[in-house]
Amino acid sequence: MSAWVGTVIDAVYVVAVLVFILGLKAMSSPETARRGIVYAGGAMLAAVVAILFSPGISNFALIAVGVIVGGGIGWYWARVVQMTAMPQMVAIFNGMGGGAAAAIAGVVLLSSLTNSADTGLSLAGAVIGSTSIAGSVIAFLKLQGWMRQKPVVLPARQPVNLAVLAFGVGFGVYAAATVQPFYLLPFFVLLLLYGILLTLPIGGADMPVIISLFNALTGIAVALDGFALVNGPLGDAGYAMVIAGVLVGAAGSLLTVLMARAMNRSIGNVIFGAFGAAEETGVEVTGSLKPIDVDDAASMMEYANQVIVAPGYGMAVAQAQQRVKELADVLESKGVPVKFAIHPVAGRMPGHMNVLLAEAGIDYDKLLDRDEANPEFAHTDVVLVIGANDVVNPAARRVGSPLQGMPILDVDQAKNVIVIKRGQGKGFAGIENDLFYKDNCRMLYGDAQQVVGKLVQSLKRAA
Amino acid sequence: MAADLWTALFIAILAAFTGYEVISRVPVLLHTPLMSGSNFIHGIVLVGAIVALGVATTPLEQAVGLAAVIMGAMNVTGGYAVTVRILAMFDRSKRRGGGS
Repeated sequence: MSAWVGTVIDAVYVVAVLVFILGLKAMSSPETARRGIVYAGGAMLAAVVAILFSPGISNFALIAVGVIVGGGIGWYWARVVQMTAMPQMVAIFNGMGGGAAAAIAGVVLLSSLTNSADTGLSLAGAVIGSTSIAGSVIAFLKLQGWMRQKPVVLPARQPVNLAVLAFGVGFGVYAAATVQPFYLLPFFVLLLLYGILLTLPIGGADMPVIISLFNALTGIAVALDGFALVNGPLGDAGYAMVIAGVLVGAAGSLLTVLMARAMNRSIGNVIFGAFGAAEETGVEVTGSLKPIDVDDAASMMEYANQVIVAPGYGMAVAQAQQRVKELADVLESKGVPVKFAIHPVAGRMPGHMNVLLAEAGIDYDKLLDRDEANPEFAHTDVVLVIGANDVVNPAARRVGSPLQGMPILDVDQAKNVIVIKRGQGKGFAGIENDLFYKDNCRMLYGDAQQVVGKLVQSLKRAA
Repeated sequence: MAADLWTALFIAILAAFTGYEVISRVPVLLHTPLMSGSNFIHGIVLVGAIVALGVATTPLEQAVGLAAVIMGAMNVTGGYAVTVRILAMFDRSKRRGGGS
């Protein structure tokens, strides 16, 4: 192997890292984001090819099998899945990264277990990677509906979880200190268990926080693996992993903080609080639920100065976004402006509603974030709430409510609120929604897709 | 601790601040693609997985290394394909031609 090959390989990594950073930077505008990720894809391909030409690599047949099998499954799955299944896709592919990081640490530990700093880094990478894959798989199962989304609360879970983590790490440290690889087995088993136990009590509405958190954790696990590699013969690949991993760790941490802040809760409360498991008791909501029929709702919107739609997870479940787009089109053809008010944690992942509405073809200039939307409600005739509950619940302003202090969409300040809802059930948090009992609020029961479809027909008939 | 580890630590600190600066400018609108895009970026783990499998000697090491490569490859391709699909929805020029 001549020297210039090594130089070319190193140069590939330098360029790849630069393109990754620029790719993330391109995410600051929808105009440039797609180009950025395509370039990053090219850089990734170059980095993978470069490592194959590095000295000391063998087992090419196995590598080819792994890349083709894993790459094929990932590509096929990501292409065929429905857009509404995106949150669980993001969760599972993130988990795979965590699993890969844990397995890399596993190989390093098996081949060179020593009582040293390098081994410590690999152990740390294994701890975080294992937690990330096990937790992401549980998140995937919950989002996919293969497991109930309500928190699963086991007795004495805090001390049990802590003990599982402590014993797991203890086995790893013992394996390294005494150089006995056998103890890596209980190490990995307990850490995977920890990831499962950590995620079980986390309910559906807290998924935006937890998905971002696992994203950050996988990034950190990858960076730790990179640290462990930089002392080896292929150290420059390690530097690339450190930089890419830390970038992702920063992105994921930032999103985690933003999501938790949007619910006015600490990250610790989201992870350990088992929110939504208990129901609020002892609070009487006064007033009554006032149903409205489709035609009345349609004419109310037809004569409104403007309509603001506040979507939530229910819109995603009913796959109503296409109908919502039709509704917006028919209203605008009648001269009624339509906007969309999007709460940061509406849905199951950061930006979930934005993606669904973009899929339906709604121009993103019409999407308002919470701070832009709230001043608008007071002079809006009709707000249409579709499948959102906790994020529009004025109980958040009430002292003592479990939602207390959560910044909400102030839809109750509009002249009229129409709520499309499947039934009379409570929101995810198990809290009565004060909004539904207000004088200016009308309930339109039914499946969101069908109900919005009927609204469109009613409006067209009126024309 | 070897000198290389210290170098990596310096790099990590700089990367953390770079990441924070770059990412804090991403609008709420693009939070999903930011997440799935960064998900794809940590797919660089595939490179580490290939190194791990490439230097593995015992059957156990090879088996774990193969698992690493399979999962890493899923991470890369899945993360990329999901991100591109999501970003296509925010692409105005494409939609104008294609309708719906």
